[in-house]
Amino acid sequence: MATYVPSSPVSQLGRGGGVPRPPQGGGEDGRYPDSNSPDYGARLRRARLGLICAIATVSMVFVSLTSAYVVRRGLPTFDDSSRTYFRDWGSVQLPWLLLGINTALLLISSVTMEKARRNMARNAALAPVRSIPGVSLGEERSFPWLGATILLGFGFLIGQWMAWGELKGRGFLVNTNPDSSFIYLLTATHAVHLAGGVIALLWAGATSLLQRPIEGRRIVVDVTAWYWHFMAVLWIYVFALLAFVR
Amino acid sequence: MATSVTPHAHAGPQGFIRKYIFSLDHKVIGIQYFFLALTAVWVGMFLSLLMRIHLLWPGVTLPLVGEIKPETYLSLLTMHGTIMVFFVLTTAPQGGFGNYFLPIQIGAPDMAFPVLNMLSFWTTFVAFVVIIAAFFVSGGAPLHGWTGYPPLSAIQQAGPGEGLGADLWITSIAIFCLASLMGALNFLTTTLDMRAKGMTMMRMPLTVWSWFITAILGLLAFGVLLSAGILLLMDRNLGTSFYVPLVVVNGQIMGHKGGSPLLWQHLFWFFGHPEVYIAILPGMGVASQILSTFSRKPIFGYKAMVYAMLGIGFLGFMVWGHHMFMSGMSPYSAFAFSLLTMCIGVPSAIKTFNWLGTMYKARIRFQTPMLYAIGFVSLFVSGGLSGPFLAQPVLDIQLHDTYFVVGHFHLIMGVAAIFGMFAATYYWVPKMFGRMMNETWGRIHFFLTLAGTYAIFMPMHYLGIAGGTRRYSQYTEVAYLQKLMPLHQFMTYAAIITIAAQFIFVINLFWSIFKGPKASDNPWESTTLEWTTATPPPHDNFGGVTPVVNNGPYEYGVPGAARDFVMQTDPAVGPAH
Repeated sequence: MATYVPSSPVSQLGRGGGVPRPPQGGGEDGRYPDSNSPDYGARLRRARLGLICAIATVSMVFVSLTSAYVVRRGLPTFDDSSRTYFRDWGSVQLPWLLLGINTALLLISSVTMEKARRNMARNAALAPVRSIPGVSLGEERSFPWLGATILLGFGFLIGQWMAWGELKGRGFLVNTNPDSSFIYLLTATHAVHLAGGVIALLWAGATSLLQRPIEGRRIVVDVTAWYWHFMAVLWIYVFALLAFVR
Repeated sequence: MATSVTPHAHAGPQGFIRKYIFSLDHKVIGIQYFFLALTAVWVGMFLSLLMRIHLLWPGVTLPLVGEIKPETYLSLLTMHGTIMVFFVLTTAPQGGFGNYFLPIQIGAPDMAFPVLNMLSFWTTFVAFVVIIAAFFVSGGAPLHGWTGYPPLSAIQQAGPGEGLGADLWITSIAIFCLASLMGALNFLTTTLDMRAKGMTMMRMPLTVWSWFITAILGLLAFGVLLSAGILLLMDRNLGTSFYVPLVVVNGQIMGHKGGSPLLWQHLFWFFGHPEVYIAILPGMGVASQILSTFSRKPIFGYKAMVYAMLGIGFLGFMVWGHHMFMSGMSPYSAFAFSLLTMCIGVPSAIKTFNWLGTMYKARIRFQTPMLYAIGFVSLFVSGGLSGPFLAQPVLDIQLHDTYFVVGHFHLIMGVAAIFGMFAATYYWVPKMFGRMMNETWGRIHFFLTLAGTYAIFMPMHYLGIAGGTRRYSQYTEVAYLQKLMPLHQFMTYAAIITIAAQFIFVINLFWSIFKGPKASDNPWESTTLEWTTATPPPHDNFGGVTPVVNNGPYEYGVPGAARDFVMQTDPAVGPAH
């Protein structure tokens, strides 16, 4: 379609989007590869970018819940019998030991997840070498870090479930007082998000069984790993909020 | 022009289901969003017609609907607002046109995450089904307005629609939030990572900028609404007291205490005000694109337009309190919110003057897309001018619960955004479906709709100043409002005519899609990338060719050129080439 070869100097151009510059910006680093093979580098970059967006929105969810927490905590309520205002926030005795163990589980799982991520990245990098006929890198048997992370993730979720049971046993239900409402709300919201991470890890495991290309599996594991670390940081935040802002 | 073969990111369509129902192609998904919004807008419009008829003839029994009781009126009001805001104003500009044209305009073969894109549409569809279901459950649709203020929205016994209907309403909004978040994530990643070679940020069409900024707003705002909705569901169903203080309903003390309805208002409006810009920003982008194209001039002040949109988006998160001047907030807070609200006038004025500057001394082609773009500017100005009035706390307290506010937000957020959609439809249907729309009927539709919308919404300002309260279902029983009834009559007749005029649009649209004259690849002589590819675009958008961008998006009237426009893919003009 382009047949026009301009003769006018650049200064005579309109202001339609700035002065033309040499091609740059997107598309210069593998976005449009010449071969027909999938561009895993671009996919990984895109997946990470998508994850950053997802983290931003999950953060907004917790920012808004924190805001509600702080505002509701400071609200007085009217007591009809004494005709006075009082603070109805309540005081829930949290099962600190159990929550501490859960925290430890999650932090350990973050370490195992990182090991899994690095292992996967290494294997993906070595895959082209391994595929060369006659080339052997020796028999490598690495610890199943991914499986360990899944187990620890399940352990954390079961631990949270037990913590809710403990709270219930102590008489603190979701509607007992605002404090208990927020404890259930914050921990459940975090657990739902973490469960999403566990599902992603199970998917990563399934892709391994389904013999999917290692580069594709690496993307799933990589993105889930960063998400998992975010979940660990988020839990520390929730834990601190419940511990120190009561 | 350098090109290379582009492998497509996902498999081509196979069979009817994969091609048209669960398609991964952003163009099909865009069309799905478009028709979902078209369905929604007719539902919403029908509800508004029922309301207008009821206001004039409160005792009349309507076919299908029966007699409209006061609580039915509130249900209509709630559902009209919710459907229009979420399923029309949010869905069509971003989900519809954004989905279809963002990847093409940046030279990408598809969205970054096609599966997520499909999920996003079908999640939106489920949300729409859920909210429509609220009409058919016991008690009917909720009464609490699209803003869902507690305690009314938080107590099941508060009214006939506040049982299951309200639960469905909140659930629908929550599902919609998830869909919008998925969509926003996709838009941002696609824009940042999939631009063609040479497509720098400052060469992106203003439409792309508007979708990009809208996606940022959506990403940050919908999460907050989702949280707020979860708290509301818990108050309603689990007996918590986040929003509900000690209340008595029908002589019965509810089990709640200590909650604050204002907490909901803060969370809701932290989402709600950016939502205004989520609705209007894509319209600004489309108007800019069309005004430049049909004026045959570069957009006046491209960079200023970009920074103005960024400024509007940023300030949009800092002014939610101006919706709450009535709540008894501290005068200092009110002053801050008022001042920041007034600041939004600055980038808005920059945009308006730049649109006018673009048209100034231009050889304007007054075709239907251009008429709608000019209509958009007109409505944006008319609706925007009443904004500074409402930004004053003392005036807002007088005007807040009157029709003045209804007129204001319908002009600026509702009709202006819809004019943006009309402009986009007339402009892009030739590319989407390969057929031109009928120009004569398009012009008739435009003039009827423009006159009709002004006839409906301008009198609302006078009505509001005169003390005409909003949300009342029967003005005929209120003595001091009787003198205002002629205005209501006028608005209702105008609404009937305007709604009737929309049949022209729908008939024109469907007739054109199937029978309209065939469109060339670039019927408007535009410059952006969608006009460089076939009509309609092939599955991978550019037929295996990778576009390389050498020019800005609005190079019209370039001196010395053989024709009055330079495509983005044309050889670059300038000393470097």
